[in-house]
Amino acid sequence: MKTIQRIGLFTFLGGFAAFLCLLTVGQYTLTDNILKTNLKAEHYAVLQPSLKNMVGKTYTDQFSFVADFNAPINALNDGYRAKQEWSKVIYDKYAFAVAKASSGGFAWSWWFLVSFGLAVVGALTYILPTTRWLPGIKNNGVFREAATSRGWVGISVGVFLVLFYVVLYFSPEYITNWVLLVDPISKALSGNAATQWFLYGFLYCLCVVIMGIRMLIKYRHSPYQMLRTGSVMFFQLAIAFILPELLLRFNLPYFDFKNMWPLDYDFFFDYNLNTLLASGKIGIFMLGWGIALFVVGVPIMTYFFGKRWYCSWVCGCGGLAETLGDPFRQLSNKTLKVWKIERYLIHFVLAFAVIMTSLVLYTYFTGRSSVLFLDSYSVRSWYGFYVGAIFSGVVGTGFYPVMGNRVWCRFGCPLAAYLGLVQKYQSRFRITTNGGQCISCGNCSTYCEMGIDVRAYAQRGQDIVRSSCVGCGVCSSVCPRGVLNLENADPKSRVLLAPNYPLGHSAVKL
Amino acid sequence: MAKSIVIIGNGISGITTARHIRKLDDTCRITVISGETPHFFSRTALMYVYMGHLKFEHTKPYEDWFWAKNRIDLVQGWVTEFDFNQQKIAVNGQSNSVIEYDTLVLALGSKPNFYDWPGQDLRGVQGLYSKQDLDTMERDTAGVTHGVIVGGGLIGIEMAEMLRSRGIGVTFLVRESSFWNNVLPAQESVLINEHIAQHHVDLRLGSELSEILPGQNGRVGAVVTKDGETIDCQFVGLTVGVSPNVSVFKNQNNTLLGTLEIDRGILVDAFLQTNQPHVYAVGDCVQHRMPPPGRRAVEQIWYTGRIMGETLAQTLCGKPTAYQPGVFFNSAKFFDIEYQTYGDLPAQLPAGCATFYWDKPGKNTAVRINYDQASGAVLGMNAFGIRQRHEVWDGWIAQKKTIQHVLQHLPEANFDPEFFKQHEGEIIGQFNAQTGSRLAVKSKKGLARMFS
Repeated sequence: MKTIQRIGLFTFLGGFAAFLCLLTVGQYTLTDNILKTNLKAEHYAVLQPSLKNMVGKTYTDQFSFVADFNAPINALNDGYRAKQEWSKVIYDKYAFAVAKASSGGFAWSWWFLVSFGLAVVGALTYILPTTRWLPGIKNNGVFREAATSRGWVGISVGVFLVLFYVVLYFSPEYITNWVLLVDPISKALSGNAATQWFLYGFLYCLCVVIMGIRMLIKYRHSPYQMLRTGSVMFFQLAIAFILPELLLRFNLPYFDFKNMWPLDYDFFFDYNLNTLLASGKIGIFMLGWGIALFVVGVPIMTYFFGKRWYCSWVCGCGGLAETLGDPFRQLSNKTLKVWKIERYLIHFVLAFAVIMTSLVLYTYFTGRSSVLFLDSYSVRSWYGFYVGAIFSGVVGTGFYPVMGNRVWCRFGCPLAAYLGLVQKYQSRFRITTNGGQCISCGNCSTYCEMGIDVRAYAQRGQDIVRSSCVGCGVCSSVCPRGVLNLENADPKSRVLLAPNYPLGHSAVKL
Repeated sequence: MAKSIVIIGNGISGITTARHIRKLDDTCRITVISGETPHFFSRTALMYVYMGHLKFEHTKPYEDWFWAKNRIDLVQGWVTEFDFNQQKIAVNGQSNSVIEYDTLVLALGSKPNFYDWPGQDLRGVQGLYSKQDLDTMERDTAGVTHGVIVGGGLIGIEMAEMLRSRGIGVTFLVRESSFWNNVLPAQESVLINEHIAQHHVDLRLGSELSEILPGQNGRVGAVVTKDGETIDCQFVGLTVGVSPNVSVFKNQNNTLLGTLEIDRGILVDAFLQTNQPHVYAVGDCVQHRMPPPGRRAVEQIWYTGRIMGETLAQTLCGKPTAYQPGVFFNSAKFFDIEYQTYGDLPAQLPAGCATFYWDKPGKNTAVRINYDQASGAVLGMNAFGIRQRHEVWDGWIAQKKTIQHVLQHLPEANFDPEFFKQHEGEIIGQFNAQTGSRLAVKSKKGLARMFS
């Protein structure tokens, strides 16, 4: 079994290496036609003279290609700025589209097979033999493996993820070969060429599905975990990835029916509202659905089931955390100090999201962009940069192998903050502790991805009522003594104070 | 001067005593002395450290700042002098400090039994109780391919699981004819036997250790059983029970002024007081002079240690409270099978007692309920692979509910997670078939039912 797993691991690494190597192959040749189709007419007119030396020239790497392409744009912009001709400055980011259109010269099918094919086959070869272990919790060696205990493997994975997100968000023009790899899939689904976001969605789904299979095997003794994992796999694959692409195919707005404001922070941005309002009845329905989700859906569903109905059953971020992130859940910090930081941070982001959206809507309805000292366009771009890109992506996922798999959900997600407030103050949900059976072993706290010190409650006989709990149920799964259970009941029946008698003894009172 | 309470031992019973005293009394001085570790940790979790599920720091239930915040002074060192007459002790830790006490609490724990087997002092031969034992085991199992575990109890099966988690082969010598059958009735014991074998442990029932043979460099090389078989191994776990740790009073190098009455353990009355005034004892080291009805005089269980701590804190804070452990409960996990027990359920069925057993063949799931033949009152239960709600069983047993009532309301005690298959219908069906009753399940699973 070890040999098979080792073969799987090396096969996966081979596929991964091929995926990385793909960035170094192929050629980039700019044509006049590419410039004409991708540049706005007025920009084409001013840029064509200085770019014509590039046209027809073949580059063997994307770095010199992008540098040569950006140089005249930057020079032109510098000139405009010097002359204070602000309206002429070119803000459009053409590099990605142009680089993608110019690149080629590698055998697509071969690279697809070698990179994704080997990686998937390798990963499954590594994962599937674990079915030979008897069902049950098998966290053997978690704190001795370099991958899962902040060792060199974990740190390397973290560095790779951070770099990946930085390039994806800020410099996608360097990874056009990767995007070309998924072009045929995008065309088959929506009829459009792939963007870097399609690539991201594709990789996201791949991770959720493959690591979801791992999760299904690991927790095959627990119907709760299997249903939950199946649920996040379904919502990511069908509702978040395939359905929106199909909507595009039918000339309908791209819409993720399970995404929700304020996590979906640009829901009220003018371009989204305009798109929806211009799309007839279905667009109005989508707008109504999006609003109803957080106005009606959140309070009702969270009252009955806790925030888990969304965070660990539906949400895409949660889906990735619960599948790709599962091997890192034990790395979340459990100290009181970090809990304090968490509460400040997440509620600050919620406030930021609400203020930002209010300004955006103010601008949308009044046409005025400045309120007091704030400019609504600046505020939304700050939010997009610091929260949308840096926090949720670069830090939120990049730091999985260092700070656990729920970094974003725990410290940054404004929707989690909102769901958490409802869960804490108006919900039937709690984690019940079973009388006096706790042995304070610490498995529950250690494997809580949200950094909740579950044991602190369990050993006192107190129910766990915490706004951050996403209800993944892993504390209950890893408990060796059957102490923890996720339950819904009358909110008044929550045990919020530690009982004052020997735990579990209803008959004996001190 | 505020009253000085000194507690020796920072395990579950000593620490529970300290915490509950602080809850009730804000002014007294509390000092906890331990030679084992600077801070309280969960002893039952040591196995998970070895298996790599946890790091040692995860076994500490409180962050290190907790003790200063609650003004519980921690002293690391071993107590070497007891002067019960002058009410003071001396610690031979960092300094030869003397600590005076108004009240002394002995929470000394227990120690593994060794029965003078030839070779038991070889390197690679050990019990498993303390943090030091864990460290030794970590050191002495590096590179080991085969180990022998002697003694079929809870620590034995834990040690077997620990070794298996690292791919080390295990031969498990159990003196009894079936695993833990002095506690478990035959059917449950067989269930565990089979599960042990599924985990590729070479389980030898009815097999006893004769001697341990040396290998190279002072290490163990093999064991010989009483049948004369030699089993090659590089590690031996001796897990034939634990005894109250009273060695500190028997050590010739230690000073002892005043006498402490000790039998197997430190003898205490119903208020956990020893023969010395101002000296109390809690936890594993205790032997009750008059054990509560149906209970053993020496009961080394996490939960009883905790309840003794909770009880003694009341007494020491001005509210004399007798030790009343209430309805018995315990739990364990045998590899993948969770086990919970409530009430009185001995291995041999007592006279006048009826029993009902249900299991799901191949699924490691079983339930046994003992009840009084005449009145039908339930006396105790065992659950395997199915979680039960503590408060519900505690109430049923304390209130002497009948077997019929319990079976009809069994889903109320179901503590399995959502979506788990429920077995109550099948269980009551089998009871009906065996007894000719026509009972039906009357309640539903879930917390809501308990409160509505």
